[in-house]
Amino acid sequence: MSVQLAVADSATIRAPARRVHRLEPAALAGVMSRDVVMFGRYWKATTFSSVMQPTIYLLAFGLGLRATVRLPHYVEYVGTGVVATAILFSSAFPGMFNTFVRWQFQRTYDAMLAAPVDTEELITAEVLWISLRAGAYGMAPLLVAIAFGLEPEWGMLLVPFIGVLTGFGFAAFGVLIAAVAKTIDNFNYVTSAVLTPMFLVAGTFFPVHNLPVGVRTVALGNPLYHCVQLVRDCSLGHIGAADLGHTGVLLAFALLMWRLAVWRLGKRLID
Amino acid sequence: MRKRYGQIQAVDGLELDVPAGVCFGLLGPNGAGKSTTMRMLTAQALADAGRITVLGYELPRQSKQARMEMGVVPQLDNLDVELTCRQILTVFARLYRVARGDRAAAVERALRLVNLHGRADTIVRDLSGGMRRRLLVARGLIHEPRLVLLDEPTVGLDPQVRQELWSLIDGLRSRGVTLLMSTHYIEEAERLADTVAVMSAGRIIAQGTPADLVRAHAGEQVLEVYGRPDRLAEVSDLALRNGWSSRRSGPAVAIMRAEMLDGQGPEGVRRPANLEDAFVALTGEEIE
Repeated sequence: MSVQLAVADSATIRAPARRVHRLEPAALAGVMSRDVVMFGRYWKATTFSSVMQPTIYLLAFGLGLRATVRLPHYVEYVGTGVVATAILFSSAFPGMFNTFVRWQFQRTYDAMLAAPVDTEELITAEVLWISLRAGAYGMAPLLVAIAFGLEPEWGMLLVPFIGVLTGFGFAAFGVLIAAVAKTIDNFNYVTSAVLTPMFLVAGTFFPVHNLPVGVRTVALGNPLYHCVQLVRDCSLGHIGAADLGHTGVLLAFALLMWRLAVWRLGKRLID
Repeated sequence: MRKRYGQIQAVDGLELDVPAGVCFGLLGPNGAGKSTTMRMLTAQALADAGRITVLGYELPRQSKQARMEMGVVPQLDNLDVELTCRQILTVFARLYRVARGDRAAAVERALRLVNLHGRADTIVRDLSGGMRRRLLVARGLIHEPRLVLLDEPTVGLDPQVRQELWSLIDGLRSRGVTLLMSTHYIEEAERLADTVAVMSAGRIIAQGTPADLVRAHAGEQVLEVYGRPDRLAEVSDLALRNGWSSRRSGPAVAIMRAEMLDGQGPEGVRRPANLEDAFVALTGEEIE
């Protein structure tokens, strides 16, 4: 039971094998170069929605609520909170949909895995690309909020990094969901049962400490809550020791989701 | 090697030895295990048992090194439909580690090779089926591999496009590239392959040059008898009674090894035996 392919004399005296490593930068760059080219085709639509969405949130919640409830710093509050929403939406959704479509419908992953790219490199590069994009799109709400009167702060320059870190975790979470979903319709369960509550109970539009104890405890386990806190502290100039804890939670979430995504999807890409 | 998917034993004790520099044809009907074999050679499927060596590399452990030096032309179109030919080839030039300074030239060369240089900036969605298949070939050749796997390279193409691809594949062979091609088209195997392995139910049942396979399994000549259905039934009966190997071949009954008939055979047309005769004799199956 053996298969030997092209191992005649000329092949046995081949040059010494090129060493290959895990997570080769050249492989990651190759996979991401495809994403960059694709992005060149659809950036207008995604950029439009990533600016429109926070604008609408700010108008609806900011102006609408301010009229009924007395909230002096609502633009600050919602403007910074919506950054996390933008990061979540621009990472978890592409993580789920792009992965599923490229893997199952377009078979792009099959094509790339026939090249010298392994599943870990493929998945990592895809997640990394989405997270970089999320880092950039996370800035959109902040710019909109500044237009609505939010004071610029030096700490805001840290927001893209928070976006990349948070986006990495949620993109990997999306990939993990795509790997375990049977059909693309199954994403509806995740969107309505996981992502929607997650983005509402994260201190985006209202403080978590006003919620009942049970919900509050759940909120503290929500990575998006930590993202919101971190963004708010950086943007409003309140950086403190607690932010180390927030960063730690986001880092742990990103690492865990990355390994789970590589493990689950890796198993399904190779039969 | 062996590979099982649930209840289906896709590859069952396959033994294959492809020397460098030949065009090796893996011929078999659909479901014979050809595509599974191809996927195992790129480590996109893992064998349950057995040993696989590609270009001297042990699979799956060293599969990445092997993939670095081989090209793959898949059966199913997995091109990015929204990208242009040039964009796709550039991405794959990167994936295959073509040096930055050489990428543009590699893309140009690949486009010329498959005669798509006039379409470099056309979006894949706007290409015809034949052009897309040629682009798939170009993608597999972007890094000038020493070994190319072609999985059913002309399936579903019209005859003219098929001819074009055949001359392309023949060109690669004459330049010393090792080719492993799976096909269920007999003519394709007969025309292109130096060595043909006939695959059935996950294993190789015969192997040799097309001429050797024909001689060994179908003899030199075939007698084809045409006629009305009742006449054909009569001839079939006659063949059965005399122990001649025969089969229905379209509108005729074909009697194998007609050179041994010694004038006892019925009236008909004699023609040289071909690979199709050998294939049917071997597998009992008719394919295209």
